[in-house]
Amino acid sequence: MQRTTLDVWVGLFVVGGLAALLVLALKVGNLSALGMSHTYTVYADFGNIGGLKVRAPVKSAGVVVGRVSDIAFDNKTFEARVALNLDARYHFPVDSSADILTSGLLGEQYVGLEPGASNRVLAAGSTIRLTQSAVILENLIGQFLFNKAQGGSGASGGAGQ
Amino acid sequence: MIDWFLDTFGSVGQRVLQSVRRLGYAARFFLLTLAKSGTSFARFGLVVKEIYAAGVLSLVIILVSGLFVGMVLGFQGYNTLARYGSESALGVLVALSLVRELGPVVSALLFAGRAGSAMTAEIGLMKATEQLVAMDMMAVDPVARVVAPRLWGGILSMPLLSAMFSAVGVFGGYLVGVVLIGVDEGSFWSQMQAAVDFREDIVNGVIKSVVFGVAVTAIAVFEGYDAPPTAEGVSRATTRTVVTSSLVILGLDFIMTAFMFRG
Repeated sequence: MQRTTLDVWVGLFVVGGLAALLVLALKVGNLSALGMSHTYTVYADFGNIGGLKVRAPVKSAGVVVGRVSDIAFDNKTFEARVALNLDARYHFPVDSSADILTSGLLGEQYVGLEPGASNRVLAAGSTIRLTQSAVILENLIGQFLFNKAQGGSGASGGAGQ
Repeated sequence: MIDWFLDTFGSVGQRVLQSVRRLGYAARFFLLTLAKSGTSFARFGLVVKEIYAAGVLSLVIILVSGLFVGMVLGFQGYNTLARYGSESALGVLVALSLVRELGPVVSALLFAGRAGSAMTAEIGLMKATEQLVAMDMMAVDPVARVVAPRLWGGILSMPLLSAMFSAVGVFGGYLVGVVLIGVDEGSFWSQMQAAVDFREDIVNGVIKSVVFGVAVTAIAVFEGYDAPPTAEGVSRATTRTVVTSSLVILGLDFIMTAFMFRG
């Protein structure tokens, strides 16, 4: 009799532990959203990727459609070559554009896919032609100050631009 | 002068050699236990009994501590994040700290105090009261019959305990963050799910807890088996188990974190 209650407790313990792991995997982690077996890879060249990281989301119309799988520097074009793993359920026209955007003011950076109008879709291994680099805050501030200084000296008597 | 010289350096050398010898003895004892683990799996009931002693009986302290650690993380995280206007990242903070670090480490420290000390005391007392010798006389191998099941019971219990600790901790963070303070529930869970990766975070946390389980139980059974067979010897061995395994847990955690989460 003693034996069976002990077995029941250990059984409950093991099941409870595995259930906790399952909760962690499904509720806390993103295992359920991982369709890693059915993806295809397309590439995009950017002049500057800013703070984009591997595993950053790829979003189209705000929906996550894939993840950044690799970032490399191309020594011929001197651009960053970003590999995007897209969910095989989604297809995008060949003239789609890829932009590096930021969620919120200080949030993480992600790749935004803006669909084009072509009838042909991006095949696995193809490269997205239209890209827009990340907005670098320092450059923006520099540009702003430069414009301000120019506007201040050039339009001393009249209206600015 | 010469005497002083020999005394000073002699004692230092003796100490170093002694600890190295003990470490080697512990490593060989661990390998011996692994080699004699066949019995534990042939008679799995022995391991089940140890899982009960090490795992089930540690459940209360693990679950209560997990809940409180998660709730404290909820309060502290909210205070800090609210300063930057990013309270919605509370779920990420709670989940990542628990799954990556606090879950495995704190549950291993508690496990060392709750189950490791008991293992050492039990085996040490068995040795002091000559039960181990008696077993040997009856041609029952004490390492296979007493030590190996405890080792496996501990190794199997530890990852389950730490998973439960993390899960309850996340729930505690949810209770404080969402129910009590009123952080938006949707962003709490969705940001958490976006940030916590299964392979990178959860599997690494489980790997950590398995390593801690091996370390704590190996130290506990060795200290017990190696304890001087006196009341004082057993009490010292129990203390050493808790101190050594706590230090080993923290050291191993630093090394594994450095390898797992470098970039």
